[in-house]
Amino acid sequence: MGLAARQAEEAGIPTLCLSSALDITRSVNPPRAAFLDFPLGHTAGKAHEPGLQRAIMLEALEAFSSLREPGQVKLLPFRWDKDDSWKRAMDRLDTRLPRFDTPQYQFDEDRALAEAAREGSCPVCGIAEE
Amino acid sequence: MEPIAYIQRLTRMYERLGYPAYEWVRSAGPPPFTPLTKPLSECRLGLVASGGIYAAGQVAFHYKDDTSIRGIPREAPMESLRTAHFAYDQADARADPNCVFPLGTLRGLVAEGVIGELTTHAHTFMGGIYSARRVREEVAPALVERLRDERADIALLVPV
Repeated sequence: MGLAARQAEEAGIPTLCLSSALDITRSVNPPRAAFLDFPLGHTAGKAHEPGLQRAIMLEALEAFSSLREPGQVKLLPFRWDKDDSWKRAMDRLDTRLPRFDTPQYQFDEDRALAEAAREGSCPVCGIAEE
Repeated sequence: MEPIAYIQRLTRMYERLGYPAYEWVRSAGPPPFTPLTKPLSECRLGLVASGGIYAAGQVAFHYKDDTSIRGIPREAPMESLRTAHFAYDQADARADPNCVFPLGTLRGLVAEGVIGELTTHAHTFMGGIYSARRVREEVAPALVERLRDERADIALLVPV
């Protein structure tokens, strides 16, 4: 994502990257970033907590004006839990799925809908064939 | 507690699995930088997200270097959004897509007047593309073209 951010800035569009992996963000070094120390899959907040999601977004968007040097990362002042126990639990988890090379629908109905909508399209990329 | 060292963790995991070491993108030197010249309340914001979001009716992502992009209409109901991603636990994102795709959160801030408006679409892809070259030469330029076509003043990028 940092690569896209760099190219957008080159094209004159200011960017902000949210992040929940500080070391990866520092390695890619995007123009502006806001780091939220939450588990992967929660880059913009916890499920069904719109108040927290709004507060996180407001703090993050503030970085558009407060970060004035390229490559800075704003550390957002939110914690997932009181004692960071999610970090210890994560050591036992690897939730990665096999690299299937066909579309992976959340629901079977989605497949039917997409196939109806995309008749004559490439089943992999969804782009209509000429 | 310190933030998790993901690079070290994944490097060890790949070693255990006998995979060749993954080469993380390391960017030397300061990144390009365009200062924001007007208030957020006057900006048209383009949302870009890599959590594998698609809308019901669209083709889902596959898990092997999928470089395709979906345009999600800015008015799309959150209930119509789905995820397809190999690399994170999608349970919460499927229960509430705002976790990784804050379209609803941003719509709320537009209604409050904090943000001017959103571009007509948010743009999503899956990420987890192993080739940095393909990201640099295919995905990133396509995303920037979409942001320009939709006259985004600023872009918010949300990886997973």
